[in-house]
Amino acid sequence: MSVNGRSAAEATPSSPAPWTAQTRTDDGTDNRVIFRGTGVTRHFGHGKNLVEAVKEVNFALNEGQITTVVGESGSGKSTLARMVLRLLPVTSGTLEFNGQDVTSISGTARADYWKDVQAVFQDPFSAFNQFFSVRRLLSRSFRLLGERAAAEARMEEALNHVGLFGADVLNRFPHQLSGGQRQRVMIARALMMRPKLLIADEATSMLDASLRVNILNVLTDLRDELGMTILFITHDIGQANYIADQVLVMEHGEMVEQGPADKVIFDPQHEYTRRLLSDVPRLSA
Amino acid sequence: MTERMGRLNPTGSRLLDAQHLSAAYYTPEGNRVVAVDDVSISINEGEVLGIAGESGCGKSTLGAILSLTAREPLVVENGTLEVDGKQQHLGPRSKLPRTWRGSVVSLLPQGAMNSISPTMRVRDLVFDVMRAHDRGVKRSDALDRARDRFEELGLPGRALDAYPHQLSGGMKQRVVTVISTLLNPRLLIADEPTSALDVSSQKALIDMLLQMLDNKIMSGVVFITHDLPVLRTISNRIAVMYAGKIAEIGDAEQIASAPRHPYSAALLGSVLVPEPGFRNRRVKGIPGSPPNLINPPSGCRFHPRCGLAMDICKTDEPPEVGDLMRFSTCFWSQQHPGVPVPVDKVVPAEEATMVDASAPELATAEEGV
Repeated sequence: MSVNGRSAAEATPSSPAPWTAQTRTDDGTDNRVIFRGTGVTRHFGHGKNLVEAVKEVNFALNEGQITTVVGESGSGKSTLARMVLRLLPVTSGTLEFNGQDVTSISGTARADYWKDVQAVFQDPFSAFNQFFSVRRLLSRSFRLLGERAAAEARMEEALNHVGLFGADVLNRFPHQLSGGQRQRVMIARALMMRPKLLIADEATSMLDASLRVNILNVLTDLRDELGMTILFITHDIGQANYIADQVLVMEHGEMVEQGPADKVIFDPQHEYTRRLLSDVPRLSA
Repeated sequence: MTERMGRLNPTGSRLLDAQHLSAAYYTPEGNRVVAVDDVSISINEGEVLGIAGESGCGKSTLGAILSLTAREPLVVENGTLEVDGKQQHLGPRSKLPRTWRGSVVSLLPQGAMNSISPTMRVRDLVFDVMRAHDRGVKRSDALDRARDRFEELGLPGRALDAYPHQLSGGMKQRVVTVISTLLNPRLLIADEPTSALDVSSQKALIDMLLQMLDNKIMSGVVFITHDLPVLRTISNRIAVMYAGKIAEIGDAEQIASAPRHPYSAALLGSVLVPEPGFRNRRVKGIPGSPPNLINPPSGCRFHPRCGLAMDICKTDEPPEVGDLMRFSTCFWSQQHPGVPVPVDKVVPAEEATMVDASAPELATAEEGV
């Protein structure tokens, strides 16, 4: 599938996305930070029902890199993603995107923010309106963009990036697509905005191992070919190992370890990271 | 590793023989989709049999047949089950003894996390399950039994008094596992019990299942999942299913290290584990998608996606190479007895792209973009 994605990208050189031209400032030493969270905290409930889902978390996403958040269920990974996406207000702390404070933007400012930051969620089976064809689903994105003229070309371009072709899928309904295809259409939907930052919250968890690899390859292609920044959330260190440049490890709402993937995965410093690694089932005894 | 030693020594006696199982879904358009096509499996006492395969390969359907829970639009068309010498014919018109469900075979369903009613405390469900099998059971007896079982397996007794939303996903899954085995079934069919869990909860559930086997709560487990590393950890043998048929059955270790069927090899090729070899390497999934079972391919059903396919694979049904407990249905392995399938030939490997973040230009140049 990834091969498809690639040949399709080659087949349409006439319409290079503006983000392809985006220069990558990383020269191997210092990376440009596109997103920064400082002291990010989120509480749910209060009094004796207070749940501190995310506690004083500091992190930075480097432009053009895949950053993976790993942790077990309930460690606050998804809450963090929803705050980055500005779907959930923070209790305290600041979020900065491209140098601008986005902690409390709302209304049109937030809609503008969503043109740059898009997300793909876990369940490709419930994310679709089953009465909408793929074409209708994708064209609804233009309500955010506000320009309908280039609609068809954009759809085709976005679908090509994930290894699909408009002629094959645009007129189909969700039930006519497999799980892997659905998730790729969801990624294409996010790509319609030509975002700078893509958040993938457990985007591969519901898929078979063989399809999972294809989706991960789509994400690495987006990074390598378009210089996209990706925040990938997973509980599976195997997947983090495969695609991540940076790894953040969360436990009970706290960021217990972060650093380059090689270092965190092969030389973990924190007890929790070691336990996560030892719990991963392996093929060799 | 020590807790796994118990599973390595299943006793030799036969627990289950399932012969010529076939089942089909009937669609509203009148199509007959054969999801399980003439499958025979055997399980020994104390054994865990893993069933692997992609979505839609028929593994959950096989689970439904074995657990006697097939319902419209799924129709079991043929087959016999033999447990402890008791034989049961399966067919569209055969009457299934109610006592078999829950006490001879029991199902741990897919998405078990959602199988507890949100308006019911766990203890109410326990009583409900027990009463369904024994009208006269006393509430206190049922709860005592459950409480003992919880303690035996190291689960907190307070979970019995909780509502499902008060339990974590992993805990819910373990609670449902205990409830589905309260009646000491001979065989537990676990359908994707770990798929929705994170690795730590997965491990806790697997350890609990193995402990239940050791404690003789049940005598055998059929464990269905698409996750090969999980199967490698828990099973004695693994059956790999493809398009409604068994592609290969073998010892877990042999399947994981030296598969004899190209499809097993291809599945193995898409497994990601946190080891240095998987960084900066491009793993390819299996090209194409599983066939539509309304009209399955002729000959070997895997031939359109197989890198080792020969002419004969397109026309003839492949033979079973091996014995009842360990075999591969493949012409290639018939011609190469005892030779593991070369993984890199089944799915043509892509060039290593060396995606190094520090040299992005180089990486894209190598990829030819």
